[in-house]
This record gives sequence, structure tokens and C-alpha cells, in this order.
Amino acid sequence: MSKMMKICTLFALFALVLAACAPAQPAATTSEKLRVAVIMPSAINDLAFSQSMYQSLVEMQAELGGPDKMELVYSENMFVVDDAAAAIRDYASQGYDIVIAHGSQYGSSLREIAPDFPTTAFAHGTTAATFVDDGITNVFAYEAASNEGGYVNGVMAALLSKSNVIGVIGPIETGDAKLYIDGFVAGAKATKPDLTVNVNYTGSFSDVALAAEAANTHVAAGADVMVGTAQMVVGAIGVAKEKNVLWLGTQASQTSLAPEIVVANQIYDWKVVLRDIFKLMGQGTYGGKAYIVTLANKGLYMEFNPAFDLPADIKAKADETIQGIINGTIKP
Amino acid sequence: MITDFFSATVLIGILASGIRLATPYLYASIGETFGQRSGVLNLGVEGQMLMGAFTAFYITLRTGDVWLGLLAAIGVGALMGFAMAFVSIHLRAVQGISGIGFYLFGLGMSDLLFQKLLGEVKTVSGFRPVQIPFLSDLPVIGEIFFRQNLLVYLAFLLVPVAWFVLNKTTLGLKIRAVGENPQAADTLGVSVAGIRYLTVTMGGVFSAIGGASLSIANLNVFQQNMTSGLGFIAVALVYFGGWRPFGVLFGALLFSMVNSLQLWMQILNVPIPSDFAVMMPYVLTIIVLVLTVGRVRGPSALTKPFVREG
Amino acid sequence: MKNLLAKINNSKYFDGFMPVLAALSALAIGAVMLLFLGVNPLVAYRAMWVGAFGSPNALAETIVKAVPLLLIGLGICISFRAKVINIGGEGQMIIGALAATAFGLYVPEMPGWLVIAMAMVAGFFGGAFWGAIPGFLKAYFNVNEILSTVMMNAIAVQLMNFFLRGPMIDPNQAELLSKIPQTARLPEAYHLARWLPTRLHAGVIIAVVLAFVVYLLLFHTTLGYRIRAVGFNPDASRYGGIRVRRQIVIALLLSGAFAGLAGAIQVYGLNYRMITDGSATGFTGSAGFNGIVAALFGGLHPLGAIPASFFFGALLVGANSMQRISQVPSAFVIALNGLVVIFVVSSAMWQEARQRKRRIAEVRDDPAPPPPEPNQANQDVPA
Repeated sequence: MSKMMKICTLFALFALVLAACAPAQPAATTSEKLRVAVIMPSAINDLAFSQSMYQSLVEMQAELGGPDKMELVYSENMFVVDDAAAAIRDYASQGYDIVIAHGSQYGSSLREIAPDFPTTAFAHGTTAATFVDDGITNVFAYEAASNEGGYVNGVMAALLSKSNVIGVIGPIETGDAKLYIDGFVAGAKATKPDLTVNVNYTGSFSDVALAAEAANTHVAAGADVMVGTAQMVVGAIGVAKEKNVLWLGTQASQTSLAPEIVVANQIYDWKVVLRDIFKLMGQGTYGGKAYIVTLANKGLYMEFNPAFDLPADIKAKADETIQGIINGTIKP
Repeated sequence: MITDFFSATVLIGILASGIRLATPYLYASIGETFGQRSGVLNLGVEGQMLMGAFTAFYITLRTGDVWLGLLAAIGVGALMGFAMAFVSIHLRAVQGISGIGFYLFGLGMSDLLFQKLLGEVKTVSGFRPVQIPFLSDLPVIGEIFFRQNLLVYLAFLLVPVAWFVLNKTTLGLKIRAVGENPQAADTLGVSVAGIRYLTVTMGGVFSAIGGASLSIANLNVFQQNMTSGLGFIAVALVYFGGWRPFGVLFGALLFSMVNSLQLWMQILNVPIPSDFAVMMPYVLTIIVLVLTVGRVRGPSALTKPFVREG
Repeated sequence: MKNLLAKINNSKYFDGFMPVLAALSALAIGAVMLLFLGVNPLVAYRAMWVGAFGSPNALAETIVKAVPLLLIGLGICISFRAKVINIGGEGQMIIGALAATAFGLYVPEMPGWLVIAMAMVAGFFGGAFWGAIPGFLKAYFNVNEILSTVMMNAIAVQLMNFFLRGPMIDPNQAELLSKIPQTARLPEAYHLARWLPTRLHAGVIIAVVLAFVVYLLLFHTTLGYRIRAVGFNPDASRYGGIRVRRQIVIALLLSGAFAGLAGAIQVYGLNYRMITDGSATGFTGSAGFNGIVAALFGGLHPLGAIPASFFFGALLVGANSMQRISQVPSAFVIALNGLVVIFVVSSAMWQEARQRKRRIAEVRDDPAPPPPEPNQANQDVPA
């Protein structure tokens, strides 16, 4: 083999030998520090699902007193369920106090792994399954009543729309996305029954170009307000910005992308759930409880874009809707 | 309702969307056509597109100049194309698979750079739509064709230029000869390696421009894996088009039009599940190819590394 | 010592080591990238080694990762020999998994082992069907297999989405708020045996046994001979009476079948249900592509695929482990995966060169065959 290759491989072998002699990882610190591991299906900066959890965890860390009090490690882009399962098991066997599997597709893996680590807490979402019926006691579950914020967005969209045509861009017709969209359509139709709400799905979470064209179809069909969910909506927001169409966001704050046209965002704040879980862990309970973040418990909140001039009466109606959902008079 | 389908708005909407969607496919497929005509299969197009998209976006963001961004993308594309050429020609690696390696590398590298250099999703001010005077005022056609941005126009202009180069120039003759019968071309004094290096490097350049057409022209944003399989479809379209630029144009338009059609179908409440609507472009491509089956033979030396005999 | 090194260098078993050396070179470049990322490459690569081999659990994970690679690699060994490129493994794996899962969910009461066996067959046939379509299109309509398999992959994903969120959705999910696109959990009786407490499942036995079966098929049966002949020289084969078209269909059908089986084993061995996140990779973990690389790693020989998929699986599992410990972005792991593929594929040239040199040496060193015996008929011919 060529000289170059010989050199490369010698170097690599040498490095490997050295690596084998490298010092081991420092031993785990005292049990005072809470060790948290989280696994997410997309990027931590996806402006949507994963970002919401990562941000909440970072804020929890600050709340608890910083990295000395709470260690946070993460694995992002774990869209391969099989690899995520290996990751969950690995973190658990490394002694992390809680492993958060932030993705509904991880549930079945969790169910197989949790029994092997009875003193490790596991949490997963968005789902309600804690597997207590199967005798498993260390799994927490959380989900978001995204249809609530969807409903509020729907009300606002209906009131804001002058053309009475609204566009919705979804990824796949399932799970959290479908929940949100169903809530949105309900809110819009309840406000203005004759409104046209057009929905299309791109069939993927990442096809930005197709999301943009989906938005273009809505604009061509006359929509002057649009919503959507999943990370690919950045394409749709770009079109909204260009065509001066209003946008209402969900899962994370999408205002930064187009401050002129983003009206409001439904933000997922998981801290509500995390605080309770950490408290229960401190008391020796490692699972068995299911949470829903709602407008009522402040796990969901509507963030209004200060740069957007929202008419006072619409804002009032939105607040009224939020109150109605909280005290149960309105059912999204 | 189905009758709404034939309204002007819908038709114009479908066609205009189709033109935009087709743009990146055109760049990547035409580039790949040259490479395949000379006998080299490059399945790494997607990786080159993503690297081109990121580079164009980042440079445009930092310098504020779209042309610098485009130039940077061209440079990166040339680099990756050259690497692919080296691996395929000099090292004679199995082409289908080395391409996949480049795909994975481009996918990971563009994401890595995105995370380290940008950190979050941003938008950029890219190529703006340019209205061609007079032509853009034509009814219907004007709105569809002549109010797009420069990179879209260039993509379509590329097709006749590619056809001309391939069929009417000496270079094109050499390219085709090298792909058909490299032994004979070699004896006639044509540098097989040289031609292949040229076409594969250019292929990388065009793929990168295709990526740039997304990040600094059509979408003005970069996100990890934003091409989402586009590069592979582009390679498939080369076969669909029978290795001819106009055939590739037909394929890209067919695929993209059906894609924008299915988005409209979902809005117009055509009663099919959304998953089946999304499937349509793929199914239709196969069906059309089966129906138009001509005995188109590909370049005989495609994927075979050239070893001078004797 | 020098003699010993020379002997090792010339031995034909060293050929198999070439891909490993190539992979190591790629890792060396990865080390440089790690330095740029501010991560200590030694710590990172040690984590990789430990993550792949460092404990019984790690070893189990490596094997679990390798099983689909081996199965798909076996299918590729078959189809490549007929000079057919099958990049449709992703879609075939999905369809096979769907078929097997549907079978397990809707079959009436039957003994567990029987259900498992028949579900494996269902997966095999599901993948075969999905592979036969491009095969048929290529053989009889001249539709290039790269085009058709790319399309079929995308179609398979949408079919999976449709079934898992629709007709096949878990009845629990259908009522719950979450509506996750997953099927119901397969009953305990239908799970593949597991070596607790790891995730190692009986699928590995199935895969290794099949590797030997494929070896026998390719090199000791007429069918195998025909497949290899078609790849070697389609025109001569046609002349010799082999129906080339049919062999092409069979090649794609078989490689699709193995991919489908891989999908079935993933479901019955790991999660006991099928879940989609909307993408192909979410379910397959790119096994459809990585399986091709593993096959190449093993010299396109069914028995070579066993160690090849083991080492490639180790690489992938170790890389993920490295990501967790060093907290490098997962994008680095993907880029590294790409580099390894490029380097390994490029090293084939040296493998071939060595084989050629050895063959030349063999011929050169062989004594010339003895001249033919003069027979009666030639007696009168003057010498």
C-alpha cells in the first residue's frame, strides 16, 4: 500500500493505543447534583418541538443554581428510534438520575428499558402512558394540550383575517401536529363559522422547500393568515414574510424569524412539569404520574409579539378565550 | 371542489409553484447528466447541495453580498466534485457507494458548520424576484414564468445551454465518447481522466448552486437537512430524462408540478388521505416512465472505472 | 521479523484487513475535526471503543446494530453479483416490517413460535414484493433500478405513515390525546427471545444462519450460478440459455426479501411494535444504505459480511456512545460515517491490486504443465 496510507494508518493505530491508556472519565460527583439526560428527535435549535424542551431544561438549570447543581447532557437528532433506545439505556447505566426521552416515538423503547433500572427516573412525552398497568413505577409521562393554544390562535386568526381564508401547513396528519391543527380549526370556525380554513400536509418534518410551496398555495388561494407546525415551517414563515401574510406560531417562539408578521406564539413551557418531577424524585418517587401542560397550569402560554400592533379588541377576545379555556367554559 | 381546479388562480398557482420547486432539481440533474454521460455515477449530489446551500447562506449573511455567497458555494461544490472525481477516477472506488459516503459527509458537515457558525435558524436577504420587463406583464404566463428570481431563470437557461454543449460542441462529443467507449476515445487521444474530472467537478458545482438556489434565493433560510432527499430524486431524474437535458427538464417539471398539484388537492378537499397525495409525484414518475418506455440506453461505460489496457 | 511482516503482508487474509485500515484513516481525519470542535480526540475515541466493546451491554448493542446490516448486506451480495444496484433497502425494510407486524397483530390464536416463524416469512415476502417491482420494471420495461428504488423508498414511507396513523394504529392511541402513529404492542408470546438484561435478541442467530444459507445458495446451487453468470456476462449467459431478465427480477426480489426480513426482525426483536416519526431513517437507521457498505466491507461475500457488519455496527454504536460522552454534535457522527464509507470504498483498489499481484505470482510460480503424452496416432509423425 502507498506510503501515504501507511503513515495515516500508523498514526491512527498510535492514537488508538494512546486512547486506550487515556485517563478514565472523572468519577461521578456527590449525589447533591441532579444529573439530567435528555434525548430529542430533532435539533435543539429547531424553533419547535425539541427546542421547547431544551430551553425549559436550561432554564430549570439556572433556576436550580447552575451547572453545579444540575448537570445537563443531551443527545439531539435522535430520530432513529433504535439509536435512541441505546442512548436511553446508556445514560441510565451511567447513573443519570433522570433520563428524559422527548419524543412520542421513544415510548416503546422506554417501556422495555425502564424495568431494568428501577432507581432511575424516566420521563417521556408527548404521551399519557406511564405503564403503571404493566407494573412499571418509574416512568413519568407528559403531553401538551396544544389544541388549547391552537384554539386561541384560531380565534385570533379568524378575527385578524380580512379575506376570510386561512391556511394551515402540517407535517404529517398525526400526533401533536394533528392535535394542534384540530384545535386551531375549531377555534377559527367557532369565531366565524363561514370562514374557509385550508389545510395541507407536506408528508415530512424537514422538507422546507415543500413547506414554502404549501404556503404559496395558501396565499394563492387567498389566505392572509397562516399557521403551521414542525421545524419545516421556517420555509412557510419565509413566504409569509415575503407576501405580508400574518403568522401565528406554536411550540417555540418563531418571532425572531419575521417580527413584522408574527402575531403570537403558543409556547410550551415544560418547567411546570419538570419542577414537579424533580420534587417527586427528591421524595423517592421515580414515576407513575402523567402530566398535561395547559393554559391553566401555565405550561402553555401565549406569547404576544410586542413588535406587532395587535388591535386591542382582538387581544381582549384572545384573553377572554384563554380565560374561558382555563375555567372550562370553552372546550377546544 | 373539483371544478375549482380549473380556475385560473389554481392553475397559475400550480404552475408557478412547480417552476420554483423544479429549480434545484434542474441544477443538480443537469450537472449529474454531464457526469453520467462521461461514465461516472455520483450519488453524493445531496451532500454537495447541502454544503453549497450552507456556504452560500453563511457567506451571504456575513458579507451581505449574494454574489459572493454564490461564488463561495461554487467553490465548495468544485472542491467536493473534485474529491468525488479523484475517488472515482484515480482510486476507482465503487461509484454508487462512494457517492453515499459523500452524501453522509455533506449532510453531517453542513449541519456541524451550521451549529458551530450560526447556532440558530436565521433568514437572509437573498436573490429577489426580478420582473422581466414586458414579458412579466403578459396575462397568466407572465405571472408564472417571468416574476421569479435570477437563480430560477438561470436554471431554466441551463437546459438549452447544456443541450448545446453536449450535442453541438467538440467538448460534448468528447464527453459522450468517453462515456460510450472510453477505450476508443483513449486511442484517439482524448484524455478520459481529464474529461471525467471536468464533468464530475462541474457536477459538484451545479449541485452546490442548486443548494444555493434554496438557501439564498427561493427560501432564504438554512436548516439542517433542508433538502430532505432532493439530491437523490435529482439523480433519479437523470435516468428518467434519458440522459438528455430536455428529457431532464421534462422530468423535473413533471415531478415538481405533480408535487405542487398534490398540495392544492389537499386544500381543495379532494378526498384522498394526505399520505397518498404526498405519494403522487413518485408514483406518477414511475408510471410515466413505464408508459413512455423507449429503448433508451445509457452510456455504456457508466460506473465502470477506466483502466487503460495493454 | 522482516520476514514475518512480509509474510503477513503477502498473505491473502491481510486483504480483509485493508478496509479496517481505511476506516482507521478516516478516524484519524475525524480526530483532526474533533480538535477543531474543542474535544479531546483521545477521550472521544476511547469512548467510542468502550461504547462498542467495553462491556457486555456494549457488545450486545453492537451485535443488535449489526443484525440488520448483515441481513441487508446478504441481500446486496446477491444482487450485486447480478450487477444490479439495490438502493431500495430502506423501503423494502419498511414494507417487510409492515407485513410482519400486521400479521402478528391480526393473526388468530396460535403458538408463539409459529407466529414468529410465519411473521418472519411475511416480512421476507413483503420485502420481496417491494424489491420485485423495481426488478420487474427493469427487466421488462427498462426502467433503471436507481430511479425506481428511489421512488419506491419514498412511497414506502408514505404507506407506513398512512397505515400507522390509520388502519393499524394502536386502539389505545386512537382514543388518547396524543394519537401517536404506532401499532399496538405485540403479545409477549410473539417476542423474539432475548438475552436479558441486554437488548440482544434471537435475530442474530437467524441472521448468521442465513449468511451460511446464502453462501451455499450462491456458490453451490444452480440458481446461484445463474445469478453470478448473469452479472459476469449477460450476453454469454443468454447464449447459454439463462433467462437474463428473470434473473434480474430474482436478484432484486431476493435482496428486497432480506431487507424485508431485517425490518421484521427489528420489530419482533426490539420494540415489539412499529412506530413512525414520518421518515424512513427513523425506523431503519439508514440500514438500507449502511448495509450496502457492510457488504462491500466484506468483499461482497456472504461469509465476509458477518465480520464486516459486526465491525461496521461497532463503528456506528461506538460513534453514538462517543457523542453522548463527549457531547459532540450528532452531526459529527454522521460526517464521520460518511468519511469511513468513502475511505473504505476507496481502499478496494488496493485490495484488487494485491489480489492481481498474487494471482500473477501464483501463475508464475506454478511449474509448467507436462507436455501431452505422445499417443499411437502420432507415432508416424516425425518428431
